[in-house]
Amino acid sequence: MRMLKIKNLTAAYGRVRVLKGISLHVNKGEIVCLIGANGAGKTTLLSSISGLLRPLTGEIILNGTLIPRRADKIVALGCSLVPEGRQVFAPMTVRENLILGAYVQYRKDKKALAGIETVYDLFPVLRERAEQLAGTLSGGEQQMLAMGRALMAKPKLIMLDEPSTGLAPLIVKNIFKIIQRMRTAGATVLLIEQNARAALKIADRGYVIETGKIILQGPASDLLNNRDVQRAYLGRVKGE
Amino acid sequence: MYWQPEQERISRSELAQLQLERLQATLYRVATHVPFYRRKFKELHIDPDGFKSLDDLRSLPFTYKQDLRDNYPYGLFAVPLRDVVRLHASSGTTGQSTVVGYTQNDIKNWSDLVARIMTGAGVTKDDVVQIAFGYGLFTGGFGLHYGSERIGASVIPISSGNTKRQLRIMRDFKTTTLVCTPSYALLMADVMEENGISINELSLKFGLFGGEPWSEAMRNEIQDKLAISATDNYGLSEVMGPGVAGECQERHGLHINEDHFLVEIINPETLEPAAPGDLGEIVITTLTKEAFPVIRYRTRDLTRLLPEPCPCGRTFTRMERVMGRTDDMLIIKGVNVYPSQIEAVLLEVEGTKPHYQIVVERQGRLDKITVMVEVIEAIFFDQMKKQRQFIDLIKHRLATELGIGVDIKLVEEKSLERSEGKAKRIIDKR
Repeated sequence: MRMLKIKNLTAAYGRVRVLKGISLHVNKGEIVCLIGANGAGKTTLLSSISGLLRPLTGEIILNGTLIPRRADKIVALGCSLVPEGRQVFAPMTVRENLILGAYVQYRKDKKALAGIETVYDLFPVLRERAEQLAGTLSGGEQQMLAMGRALMAKPKLIMLDEPSTGLAPLIVKNIFKIIQRMRTAGATVLLIEQNARAALKIADRGYVIETGKIILQGPASDLLNNRDVQRAYLGRVKGE
Repeated sequence: MYWQPEQERISRSELAQLQLERLQATLYRVATHVPFYRRKFKELHIDPDGFKSLDDLRSLPFTYKQDLRDNYPYGLFAVPLRDVVRLHASSGTTGQSTVVGYTQNDIKNWSDLVARIMTGAGVTKDDVVQIAFGYGLFTGGFGLHYGSERIGASVIPISSGNTKRQLRIMRDFKTTTLVCTPSYALLMADVMEENGISINELSLKFGLFGGEPWSEAMRNEIQDKLAISATDNYGLSEVMGPGVAGECQERHGLHINEDHFLVEIINPETLEPAAPGDLGEIVITTLTKEAFPVIRYRTRDLTRLLPEPCPCGRTFTRMERVMGRTDDMLIIKGVNVYPSQIEAVLLEVEGTKPHYQIVVERQGRLDKITVMVEVIEAIFFDQMKKQRQFIDLIKHRLATELGIGVDIKLVEEKSLERSEGKAKRIIDKR
């Protein structure tokens, strides 16, 4: 079952073409990671899927439906984004941040806020800090808050943009564990990472994006084994 | 039984998306890493970025066997040699040879694809597989070997030849699965009969045959004489080796591993797509090969596609068994032989004239090839001993070049039939 299917997506900022015909798919229940260097087009791709940027051409099909243009409608359709750099609302409390995540659902279903307990179960630290201002949280806690906020919308597909950036190794490990747990709980994950090794280790499949093109794709284990990937994204190749 | 059920039963629409993704990545890689393709795309004004649908494939150039020869040995590799873990080559010691390479991932995929075909044929980890394909530079032996190991079967890498020993081992080791060319299977059956070995002494259940064209009548004879289920499989070293396509237990056409190979059937004359279901040449584009990707490789093999769904549940399209060739390549005992290779050797030998004929016949169960060559008078009337040495020299050179033994018959000048226009070089009596 395809959760997300993208065909020949092109996007540009002004005259600069950033995506040059991207095709990729994410199956239901999969963790798929997209790796690539800075400026390769990773964030642009996520922005296009989540409706923050209008692509030039191509199609994005979410759960069998062509995605609508408005970002809030895309969230309503079951696709949430955990943006790069967390983007939590610093002057609001943790609880308020989470409630905002259910905004779209709450309009239709007043019980949408009940999901906060599930989020607290997944991130006990957020329950402890429920009334604390988000701006006072550590980087790792803010990342968890951003993930929790996305989960409040009960997404079928959750997209994470560089969740490990700027976090200590031990916290990164924890974040990746939580991503795996999110999948076990039924979510489908599209993960964008510069920490290619960690991402490929938890992913089922992966895509490598370079200057707006998918240059490699395949099972995550194959990509870990690919020498080009090793050289460009995993540091040195053994024996070279 | 499936080896990779998710992939082998993928829906057609999901397959199309996967093929598009893989094709786009492959095009990007050949355009950036293989100078041959970069040049060709540039000449034809092809922008790999503008590739939007599988139908666009038709705008891409073909790759020919000659392109592989021209780029001997490593010119078409898409990765540096240090990433290559295996090399295979076609026969030939002159510039006629072609070389293909595999990365670690290629070998893994290759093993899985052969494992799919073996599983489809009925083989499981409990089977004992006797591989009577040649090992070495040919892809046949190693391809089936790795696929068998992948599914966990016990492999006997006996290689080809020495039929009596094959049969002894088959009996003593309780071989359940025989892998060889169909004609060799029939030869084994004959030798069994001659030596009074009863089929009841053997444990055979399955036979996987490939490497040469065969017929339904041959299948019936093999199944009958060896009491096995005989399935056909197809592959060629230029795109990977065995594992491109194989029959399931339905034994009605070979499922093409379409998630790794994109196939087209073209009319070899017009080069346009053949009408659905029509006989034509199968053209293959690799979708996952890392070391040696090829775009629209002209296989020269004639077949047709059978698009109806198969009762086995695999969604991959089937192809009919290969019906023949669109070029002059001969398949002798499963080995590919081009008349041009023979000609090249003859031209190197002093005393021969550029007139020759290749006679192919079936001697018993096996193919036999005799080259009749015109020689200058001095040699034709020379002493027996010298003539013998001369013949041995040609035989030796041909054997090195082709990888198989060839008989030589010297004939007088102008004794071979001359035809106007294209010379009739090959007499195939099979």
